[in-house]
Amino acid sequence: MDQILQHGLNGVVLGGTYALLGIGLTLVFGIMRVVNFTHGELYAFGAYLAYLFVALLHLDFFLSIALAALAGFALGAVIELVLLRPLRTDDIDTVMLVMIGAWIALQNGEQFVWGGVAKLVPSPFAQEPLVFGPVSVLPLRLFVLAVTLVLLVAFYLLIDRTRLGMAMRATFQDRDTAALMGVDVKGIYTLTFALGSSLAAIAGALLGPIFLVNPTMGNLVGLKAFAIVILGGLGNITGATIGGFVLALVEEFGAGYLSSEYRDAFGFVVIIAVLALRPQGFFALKGRVG
Amino acid sequence: MIKHMWMAVLAALFAAATAQAQETIKIGVNEPLTGAVAASGTYVTNGARIGAEVVNSRGGVLGKKIELVIEDNKSNPKEAVDAAEKLILRDKVPVMIGAWSSTFTLAVMPKLIEYGVPLIVETSSSGKITVSGNPWVFRISPTSEMEAVAFLEKLSSFNPPIKKADFLSVNNDFGRGAAAEFAKALASKGVKIGVTETMTPEATDLSAQLAAIKKSDGDALFVTTGVEQVTLVIKQAAEQRLTQRIITTGGAFPDQMIANAGPAGMASYHILFFSPWSADKAKYPDVAKVYVDEWNKKKWEFAGLTEGFRGYDAVMTAVEAIKIAGKAEPDAIRQALWKTKLHGVNGDIAFIKQGPEGKESGQSVPNVYIVMLKEGKVTQP
Repeated sequence: MDQILQHGLNGVVLGGTYALLGIGLTLVFGIMRVVNFTHGELYAFGAYLAYLFVALLHLDFFLSIALAALAGFALGAVIELVLLRPLRTDDIDTVMLVMIGAWIALQNGEQFVWGGVAKLVPSPFAQEPLVFGPVSVLPLRLFVLAVTLVLLVAFYLLIDRTRLGMAMRATFQDRDTAALMGVDVKGIYTLTFALGSSLAAIAGALLGPIFLVNPTMGNLVGLKAFAIVILGGLGNITGATIGGFVLALVEEFGAGYLSSEYRDAFGFVVIIAVLALRPQGFFALKGRVG
Repeated sequence: MIKHMWMAVLAALFAAATAQAQETIKIGVNEPLTGAVAASGTYVTNGARIGAEVVNSRGGVLGKKIELVIEDNKSNPKEAVDAAEKLILRDKVPVMIGAWSSTFTLAVMPKLIEYGVPLIVETSSSGKITVSGNPWVFRISPTSEMEAVAFLEKLSSFNPPIKKADFLSVNNDFGRGAAAEFAKALASKGVKIGVTETMTPEATDLSAQLAAIKKSDGDALFVTTGVEQVTLVIKQAAEQRLTQRIITTGGAFPDQMIANAGPAGMASYHILFFSPWSADKAKYPDVAKVYVDEWNKKKWEFAGLTEGFRGYDAVMTAVEAIKIAGKAEPDAIRQALWKTKLHGVNGDIAFIKQGPEGKESGQSVPNVYIVMLKEGKVTQP
């Protein structure tokens, strides 16, 4: 019984970061119809920045995460402006190839700069786990959960309550009409991509200290983000949020009770199941962006 | 006139370049510099680099300098095979060192027979490597069986004594082999064997395996995997408040935990084949001192000395064999390796025959050390 609680808690903590990753990716796909293969690399980018700021420059941990988010935003904006904007009228295949190329370039760039050896990001929290009855959890993980919940709420407010959010939803529903209504569609695209990248970078900066930071860490995570997006429905933010938590819990309980070795495979089992049973995603009826 | 001068200059440069190229004897290095086990591969390669520098500073071998040709096998057995072929075919190395993990080494072994080039195995521990009838394999690292047997001699230094052992291994030849050998050795001394959990080499979240181990209620957990996963296991085991003592096998040492120590009171034990914290107690301290001093001069990570020595000893072994052979030619080196005896950083290096008759592989019998890491400090347990 206590194992169920422990697995549940681990799943919820991980689920928060997965939700951030899923939202970032589904936003880009939903609004821009771009298959963003660089998403995993922005995650790794965020983790390496956390390493740079905390371990090498000895900046404050919390400040470092904020800086990593800003840097992720900036890098996302640069990718959109330099690579995607010139391709706006091209078909989805060309864009996909460009994204794959950017993915390879980013990953090898990271390897070139940091080397292949995994890095450990020091955490300012105590190393002793907090104990709540049968469940124990590092303070760092609780911090990650708190930050992700705050970000999820903030994001919802952005999409639902602000003019910017309304512009984004409009662009998603009908790009041409939105343009006719005076929405700066090009600007929305850049902002969306930058925002999605920023979310991936934050997720990386948060998870970096829990695991280790290495150049290929983005690969598996990028693929899992796709699983979440498929599970939740393309462009469906609520779906991505729920999907993130669902995937994390499936991984946790699957690894705990079915097979610990195949933990990372559960994401792909989910993709197969969803595509076979309900290809539009489980939450398609609940509405799209927002 | 000028046209001819250009050609003369070019010809002279070309001649000088080729003459320069002919002056070195090449030794191939096939190690994981990127990927899941990049930390260890990088340490081994750095140790090899120091070995080459020391040899060259003493005049090289057979009147020539040695040159390391380093290929990254990306922690992947298929890449290891490609790297080996590149070294043999493109760089024409007469001898190779590698490939770190037992899985990569086993993948490379058929190529040794195909092309007839000897391989000095510096880290891999699977028994299969020296008993599968490959006469081009010479191993200076211990098999898991040797490591387990040597560990038994230190069993009494654990207080309270180990009564029930659990295992957590990476699920490849290295991990599974080590778990099996240690279980066998411990069982022979009356230790009860608990659960055996495995993980993929790239896995970062081991909470599921650790939860199962925690339920098992053993008092020692033997962990066999690379440095990266050892670090993750120790951190996550502390988080789940595992009661088992953690003992790592295979020579991996979580160097980053010296600067980033685990929780207070938590200690882990590591079976090493060289302990830089007690280098003066090595079998040949003068040999160890040269290696350690050169490493420290480069200001490399101190804990990397625990694995770098493998590259160092491997290079020294190759050079000694080349000297005995009298020429940098693969088959001559292979025959010379059987006669090679030297004092390494780990101890004596000399090859005994293992495997089916007529196709024996060479195996050296190394020493084993145990250290304890507690709150960022390393001591003898």
